[in-house]
Amino acid sequence: MLPEKLRSVSVDLNNDASLLIDIPDALCERDKVKFTVHTKTTLSSFQKPEFSVPRQHEDFIWLHDTLVETEDYAGLIIPPAPPKPDFESPREKMHKLGEGEATMTKEEYTKMKQELEAEYLAVFKKTVQVHEVFLQRLSSHPVLSKDRNFQIFLEYDQDLSVRRKNAKEMFGGFFKNMVKSADEVLIAGVKEVDDFFEQEKTFLLDYFSKIKEATAKAEKMTRSHKNIADDYIRLSATLNSLSAEESTNYYIIKFCLKLFQNFLRVCLKKVEGRVASDEELKLTELLRYYMRDIQAAKDLLYRRARALADYENSNKALDKARLKGKDVSQAEEHQKRCLQKFDTLSESGKKELTNFKARRVVAFRKNLVEMAELEVKHAKNNMTLLQGCIELLSGN
Amino acid sequence: MSCDAPTHCFIRIIEISLPFCRFFLQIEEEEGGDSFDIHISVSDPEKVGDGMNAYMAYKVTTKTSVALFRQRDFSVKRRFSDFLGLHSKLASKYLHIGYIVPPAPEKSIVGMTKVKVGKEDQSSNEFVERRRSALERYLMRTVKHPILLKDPDVLQFLESSELPRAVNTQALSSAGILRMVNKAAEAVNKMTIKMNESDAWFEEKQQHFENLDAQLRKLHASVECLVCHRKELSVNTAQFAKSAAMLGNSEDHTALSRALSQLAEVEEKIDQLHQDQANADFYLFSELLGDYVRLISAVKGVFDQRMKTWQKWQDSQMLLQKKREAEAKLQFTNKPDKLQQTKDEIKELEGRVQQGERDFEQISKTIRKEVSRFEKDRVKDFKMSIVKYLESLVQTQQQLIKYWEAFLPEAKAIS
Repeated sequence: MLPEKLRSVSVDLNNDASLLIDIPDALCERDKVKFTVHTKTTLSSFQKPEFSVPRQHEDFIWLHDTLVETEDYAGLIIPPAPPKPDFESPREKMHKLGEGEATMTKEEYTKMKQELEAEYLAVFKKTVQVHEVFLQRLSSHPVLSKDRNFQIFLEYDQDLSVRRKNAKEMFGGFFKNMVKSADEVLIAGVKEVDDFFEQEKTFLLDYFSKIKEATAKAEKMTRSHKNIADDYIRLSATLNSLSAEESTNYYIIKFCLKLFQNFLRVCLKKVEGRVASDEELKLTELLRYYMRDIQAAKDLLYRRARALADYENSNKALDKARLKGKDVSQAEEHQKRCLQKFDTLSESGKKELTNFKARRVVAFRKNLVEMAELEVKHAKNNMTLLQGCIELLSGN
Repeated sequence: MSCDAPTHCFIRIIEISLPFCRFFLQIEEEEGGDSFDIHISVSDPEKVGDGMNAYMAYKVTTKTSVALFRQRDFSVKRRFSDFLGLHSKLASKYLHIGYIVPPAPEKSIVGMTKVKVGKEDQSSNEFVERRRSALERYLMRTVKHPILLKDPDVLQFLESSELPRAVNTQALSSAGILRMVNKAAEAVNKMTIKMNESDAWFEEKQQHFENLDAQLRKLHASVECLVCHRKELSVNTAQFAKSAAMLGNSEDHTALSRALSQLAEVEEKIDQLHQDQANADFYLFSELLGDYVRLISAVKGVFDQRMKTWQKWQDSQMLLQKKREAEAKLQFTNKPDKLQQTKDEIKELEGRVQQGERDFEQISKTIRKEVSRFEKDRVKDFKMSIVKYLESLVQTQQQLIKYWEAFLPEAKAIS
């Protein structure tokens, strides 16, 4: 059981009591993570009011891809797929620890092992959160929450892997591949008549590159914080050995070293570690998430640009048909359909993008405020402990 | 164990440390002892000359009320080789009789060449600062030694405006001296006669310093790692600040844009904090450990000198024994001149044996005193450095609180 619920980078989710989703539990089996998806609902479209199913990461990807490939949702921002659980970093460290076991004392080894287990747990919690947010974005969307595949995902109590294979064969990932190689030139090059979309396009393209850069830099910064927290553990372990060596004739130095060592281990490591992980959650995760979300918004723009291109092509085809005097009604039908598709996309796109901006601003505000508050809290904690230590050492 | 309440954390630390608290009184008594009122500072590094013959001149200022000195406040200009020269003189006078002479800072060909060549960049400035600080610590340690303080070479070094240039500083570097000392140690190891250590104190202390050496080296390596990572954090924070500023410029929501720019400013200030903390990590922690690793080599050297002294005494004794045997043999031959010569030699050797024994006892006595003084100083040094280091951390935390509290209203203003 996960003891603590992490607050998500997205807000206003899971508020509608008609469909409440969460991931209360997850198991880590070697490389695979098994999530328990729990649903509580008052909707009659479901068979039961409350139920849970086990799901793997690949099931989430399947769900995301089927939504992307659904034509009807072309005018919506599809919530970004959760990234694959990445235990590479703690696994590598665990491996290095195993290799270096001979060179450290038993106490050092146990301490480092504990720290690594905590890191595993942190990665674990993060991946659960990001998968949960994905589902909650869907459940709180007026259109997507009603999707048939979403319902299957939540309810179907058998293994989804068979469905996943079939789906691949059906769609062949055609549209997804198109979207994946979203041609920014196409988006940029399309002649825009609508001011709103013109502004959005300029903004999103620029913002995406900036947020991508900021995410990368934030990741590096967070990693440095973690390195320092790890250094403090190593230091405290070495100080421990040093204080054990000190002659009992000079208790004072033993005392000082022991105090210093405890301070490093208990306070600095914990607090610096907390600073690192809070910074990661509030800042780095926030940036990472919205980078992916903006990609999803760009995908929407792309689909709309495609629709516009199709409409323009259908116009040309209609003109050609009229000139030739052949298949005119066919061409007229095609053109009408293209226009309709384009208009639908534009209308829903506008709504989606406006909501998106509001959502983004609220999320940034929440996370920046929380991060600042946590930084202050940690620094104050640190200071109290430090001053206490100094008083003790100065013999006051 | 939850660390959310700072008081809980703190109580836990006290619980662990309480058994040691009562021994505080012991050190308080000992601290009230000798206080040499002397303070030396090394400052104002100035480049003299050009090209490869250039050198750095440092101002050495002494402030003291000790009667040995002619004035209370005075300064002189010295260069690095002068310090090496001082150390070599002191080492040659005092090491072999058991005094722990503080080692001089290391030479650095690479570092000095950059300075000579005239590179006015950050790394050569850092090098000069690092050297200046090391020279200051070296002098302070030297004058804190009650015997060394009275030495005429030390007085001359601190007081006289002109100092004869130390020649052949190749051999005079403290590394060179230590090499000589360690050669003595090797010679000792090669001796076939194992010294019968009748005094367990020496064996115990030697083992203690061996262990201490190993631990301090390990600690030093860990701290160097911390300094490196802290510098990395500073660089990464600065880079993030720039990217946050650019993101703020790109953001079209006005209040969020402003908040992001403010975030960038905060992170820039924090970058500076990290740099300052990295300096503290380095000067208060890392350099201290480096100094003590070298000091302990000097301590080990002194123990080896004692072995050498013992060996000398034993050698004289063996020679005396041989001469006595030779004398006994000569009694039965008719060689009065040779007999007399041998008798004279025996007389001389008896004197040498007695001197050898006296030397050995003296050096043993001196080392006991020296080790006790050294350990007391080390304890004070470590304690003071730990406190200073913790205070540097307090400074950082105070600034962090200030910066983030200033940012909070900006973040809350986003709507």
